[in-house]
Amino acid sequence: MMSTDLWFAVVGALIIAMALFTFIRHTHLLRRILAFNIMGSGVFLIMVGLAQHDQQTDPVPQALVLTGIVVAVSATALALIIFRRFYKASGQTQLDEDTEQ
Amino acid sequence: MNLMPLLLIIPLAWALISLLAPRLPIGLLAIVGMLIQLFASAMLWFSVHVNGPESYAIGDWMAPLGITLIADGLTATLLAMTALIAIICAFYALFYLRQYPREQRFFWPLFWFLLAALNGIWLAADLFNLYVGLELLTLAAVGMVALTADKQALAAGLRYLYAALLGSLAYLLGVALLYGAYGTLSLGQLSNMLEPNITTQVALGLMTLGLLMKSAVFPLHTWLPPAHGGALAPVSALLSALVVKASFYILARLWLQAGFDIMPVSAAQLLGLMGAGAIVWGGWQAMRQSDIKMLVAYSTVAQLGYLMLLFPLAIGVSAISATLAWQGTMFHLLSHGFAKAAMFLSVGTLVLAVGKKGLDDMAGISRQLPLSLFAFGLSAISIMGLPPSGGFNAKWLLLQSAISSGQWHWMIVLVLGGLLTAGYVFRVFRISFVDGPPTDIKPTPLPLELSALLLAVIAIGLGFVSSWPLASMSVTELLPGGSL
Repeated sequence: MMSTDLWFAVVGALIIAMALFTFIRHTHLLRRILAFNIMGSGVFLIMVGLAQHDQQTDPVPQALVLTGIVVAVSATALALIIFRRFYKASGQTQLDEDTEQ
Repeated sequence: MNLMPLLLIIPLAWALISLLAPRLPIGLLAIVGMLIQLFASAMLWFSVHVNGPESYAIGDWMAPLGITLIADGLTATLLAMTALIAIICAFYALFYLRQYPREQRFFWPLFWFLLAALNGIWLAADLFNLYVGLELLTLAAVGMVALTADKQALAAGLRYLYAALLGSLAYLLGVALLYGAYGTLSLGQLSNMLEPNITTQVALGLMTLGLLMKSAVFPLHTWLPPAHGGALAPVSALLSALVVKASFYILARLWLQAGFDIMPVSAAQLLGLMGAGAIVWGGWQAMRQSDIKMLVAYSTVAQLGYLMLLFPLAIGVSAISATLAWQGTMFHLLSHGFAKAAMFLSVGTLVLAVGKKGLDDMAGISRQLPLSLFAFGLSAISIMGLPPSGGFNAKWLLLQSAISSGQWHWMIVLVLGGLLTAGYVFRVFRISFVDGPPTDIKPTPLPLELSALLLAVIAIGLGFVSSWPLASMSVTELLPGGSL
């Protein structure tokens, strides 16, 4: 019988694997930003899920995930604004190196 | 009064001021702020040198919920190096950015956020604050790369950002696994608790992978040359001299302080192999570049490879060899910081004067800008590892470590790296000293040339006072298994 925290970890790992696949497979810059966010959710799931000991609520992982979310939101905002300006400047949705392949 | 919080408060306060009140003379203010920073970090360095490591709990909140800062000899040395390089780069930027009025508005806030992140990383005592510092560093650095907002700069920024984000998620996943297994994030506590089981190894492996990505270690380096080579000159200098070192610093602490007995020797050899790859590939690519800034950027890729030799030279060998490897690596980190900043600043002046980035456009430039070329030459001496210079001492220590642990193959890499470096440096000299028709150059302010020269002189000077920083850095009791 699988314990709850292990379930969290397995689901988290699955989400990370799927998002990582998208991140590598797709070259569209917006898709990659989405993949990064989903990957982040997987990491957060492992963080709160696996780190709970003895059925007690541990405040540290919760604090970490909150900070992690703030960081992810800021990174997403920066990625979106640079992508938008890149699109305006070049009309491309992919980086040059990726389109050549 | 404790100086550690000051080193975080000043950059954050200055960042907010320059962001919110752009009408103030924020460039001049930055110099004043940097002087305070330099003074505070020098005081901290002396205090640590005399009294030993210090720690500080922010707001009197104890770990694990509070944030603890720790300053040992290594931290204090890195803080001082950061302040010194940053103030010279700030001085350079003050004059350089007159050509870029729009970029100037955003350069200074980003500069201060970058500095806050760097100081935060050097001072952090736990894995999660290191993560937050790394992320703040990435966001500020990417913003600086994309500053000019043309297509190339934006593409380089995006490439950098995506690589860095992927790296930080791998690192964060490793942190989650470690916290799940041990219930603590403090590096000091973890170093006594870690056991060589599969969870620990996977966690450390993931963190290592993420940090390698962020430090642009071969073959994960492809984002670095466009980002460092395409940015404005003071930005390139800050990125190559300081930013890539931050993630390497975490990696070194992680492996030597916490994971010393956990990771197999073969993994350390693998890291060394990546370093050797970086030295050869980076040197070879630098030799083939036609753009002078890209040449210097590939030189960074190669020089980062030397840092990676720390792992095979320090893990699984005698304490004496490990000490030599540790000292050599940290000294390389210092002297490369000064030398590479000098190189990017002097090359930046050349590009500004000529108006083009091509190596061939620099023909005969030595007659018009002898000071800049002299600064480039001095920094090149340190990067090649010729005596007397900081770079020579660092590579000498690494060579001695390789000899004393009997790892001859790394010696070959060290020598080959020096030859490749000489190859691309002399390419620049050959072109700049040829007699050509006098090129049409723009006059450049003298402070630009002088700040590059000052950094280069420090890089050379490190060769004469090497016992100083080395004595301070060995204050730390954190190194291989606490044996040093």
